[in-house]
Amino acid sequence: MLEIKNLHASVEEKEILKGIDLKVNAGEVHAIMGPNGSGKSTLANVLAGRPEYRVTSGEALYEGKNLLAMAPEIRAREGVFLAFQYPVELPGVNNTTFLRTALNEARKYRGQPEMSAGAFLALLKKRMQLVEMADTLLSRAVNEGFSGGEKKRNEILQMAVLEPRLAILDETDSGLDIDALRIVANGVNKLRSKDNAVILVTHYQRLLNYIVPDFVHVLYNGKIVRSGGKDLAMELEEKGYDSIKEKEEAASAIQ
Amino acid sequence: MADTSQIKGWYLSLFKDFENHLNGEKSSSFHSVRKQAIDRFAQIDFPDTHQEDWRFTDISPILRHTFSRADKEATAIQTKGQLSRFQFNGMKSRLVTFVNGSYLPELSIQLPLPEGAVIGSLADALKNRNDAVSGHISNDASVGENAFTALNLAFTADGAFVYIPDGTEIEEPLHLLFISTGPGEFISQPRNIIIAGTNSRVRIVEHYVSLDGGTYFTNAVTQIHAGENSSVNLVKIQSESLNAYHIATTDASLSGNASFVSHSLSFGASINRHDLNVGLKGEGSDATLEGLYLLSGNQLSDTHSMIDHVSPHCTSQEHYKGVLDGKSHGVFNGKIMVRKGAQQTNSYQENRNIILSSEAKVDTKPQLEIFADDVKCSHGATVGQLNRESMFYLRSRGISEEQAKLILIYAFASDVLKDIKEEEVRTQLENDLSERFLAPLK
Repeated sequence: MLEIKNLHASVEEKEILKGIDLKVNAGEVHAIMGPNGSGKSTLANVLAGRPEYRVTSGEALYEGKNLLAMAPEIRAREGVFLAFQYPVELPGVNNTTFLRTALNEARKYRGQPEMSAGAFLALLKKRMQLVEMADTLLSRAVNEGFSGGEKKRNEILQMAVLEPRLAILDETDSGLDIDALRIVANGVNKLRSKDNAVILVTHYQRLLNYIVPDFVHVLYNGKIVRSGGKDLAMELEEKGYDSIKEKEEAASAIQ
Repeated sequence: MADTSQIKGWYLSLFKDFENHLNGEKSSSFHSVRKQAIDRFAQIDFPDTHQEDWRFTDISPILRHTFSRADKEATAIQTKGQLSRFQFNGMKSRLVTFVNGSYLPELSIQLPLPEGAVIGSLADALKNRNDAVSGHISNDASVGENAFTALNLAFTADGAFVYIPDGTEIEEPLHLLFISTGPGEFISQPRNIIIAGTNSRVRIVEHYVSLDGGTYFTNAVTQIHAGENSSVNLVKIQSESLNAYHIATTDASLSGNASFVSHSLSFGASINRHDLNVGLKGEGSDATLEGLYLLSGNQLSDTHSMIDHVSPHCTSQEHYKGVLDGKSHGVFNGKIMVRKGAQQTNSYQENRNIILSSEAKVDTKPQLEIFADDVKCSHGATVGQLNRESMFYLRSRGISEEQAKLILIYAFASDVLKDIKEEEVRTQLENDLSERFLAPLK
């Protein structure tokens, strides 16, 4: 589904990603872990097409197509979804209208008929149960005045409505208490299927107790330095990132 | 400077004609106020762009017209049956309707009033309580200051008159509806007087509309006196014809612990100028001024606000926003004056603009004059494009760049409406905005 080859990317002339290789197949859940500043969020945002991030070399193929050449909205309509680490507040933009506009854009793109307000509302109510979200949040402006947990749940609600093939969750667990974490994780788990894939970007192993990954990758200094199964996350939890840092620094010293 | 003697001569002759129609009222005490005003008008010039306060606002197009006074009876007939266009769906309000500046009781809705309260026309008030009204009007310092306010004062004949006695709350909003209609190029000069007694509460919608989109001139003055601990809530909606001119002054004087909340929304008119003067005269008074101007084509909208902190412990917040398209021009001049005794003043002012075309422009100028030493004052002004973070968020959900822009403009503008108390008014205005910005998306 996604094949990233030797991806380099910069923000404001500073190189953050220094050669990422990653292959994600349908049905898989990949966790990207690593210390702060390692480039995890940059990778997530580059895949979603944030304009401030400049890809300097390498490629990313999504279902065989050149993902990096697509505008952010085309990537979304093609089925790529980024759950933001810091969901943006949009005062004055109604949550329901926003979601319906987004869904109908994707449907038009795929040649499907647009969904009526009534049909959409029915779908929305169903999806809201997944994230145990209160009805009142629907009539409010997108994320405005939402608590941290509500914002993250709203991201997963958007994901549930848009049904992406490739979902990238950027630190969705940060700032969540244990109940909110459980709700968010539940939502994601229910959306897992053999046809779609999930990339979880996280600093902590905690989320992976709830969403069990098939693969764990450790990002350090803009590169994937280790990959393994879910046990790797446990090992990191025990030893911390320092062991990785030391090893990498020792390796670069030898070179 | 252009020669304006001809057009001044026109208004002077119009005054003669107006005087001749006043009949017995000519001998009232108020008429001497009118005569002083027309004398002042005769002596001063119309403002031009050499004056600092009018630097960006060239009013000379207004002076190219010879606007006349409308015939009250003729216009009443054509307005009948069209009223519902301008009412707010589902809102139970006290409707006070003016057509081309004259009060029309047959197009108004009166509801039972609390004892002592008056909601009606200035014409009636001048008939029934001339001395009190006269004293009230001439006490106001800034009336008759420039040629437009002098002209308004000279021609004072009608407008809304609202008197809320001490301790009285008017539950239903007052809808002051000013309809302009042709044929012919008319001038309307309403003078509205709102007096809110101690501990009183009132909510008012001051609404300017056009029946048939003609060329006309509204030259309005609204005077507000908010008594101690009173609450006055004013929503001014300027939806004049795009060929019309709208020059207005709102003067609000606040006594101790009074609260004044103003929303000023400017959508119509070829040239719009709003002078909003708020005097925080009593200790602990509070003013909130929200504003929005949406401009396109060759429209010009100029807001000059003056927040005068006279007494200590007063607060003021001002947020004005503009969305400018085409070759339109927005002007915001926000002055905050903190006088010597006004310690513990807390004042905040913000003007934000979004420019959608390369030919639209904004002149924004904050002015702080502070003569007290224990105050908190801040201001900010921005002229720019849409927030990048928000743009990316919308696009990352599959919404095109163009759509995302429209959604964010709608959001930027509708934010000004969110604290409007009258739900029906807010909904109507939101629908208007949505029609304007989001219609292409539907």
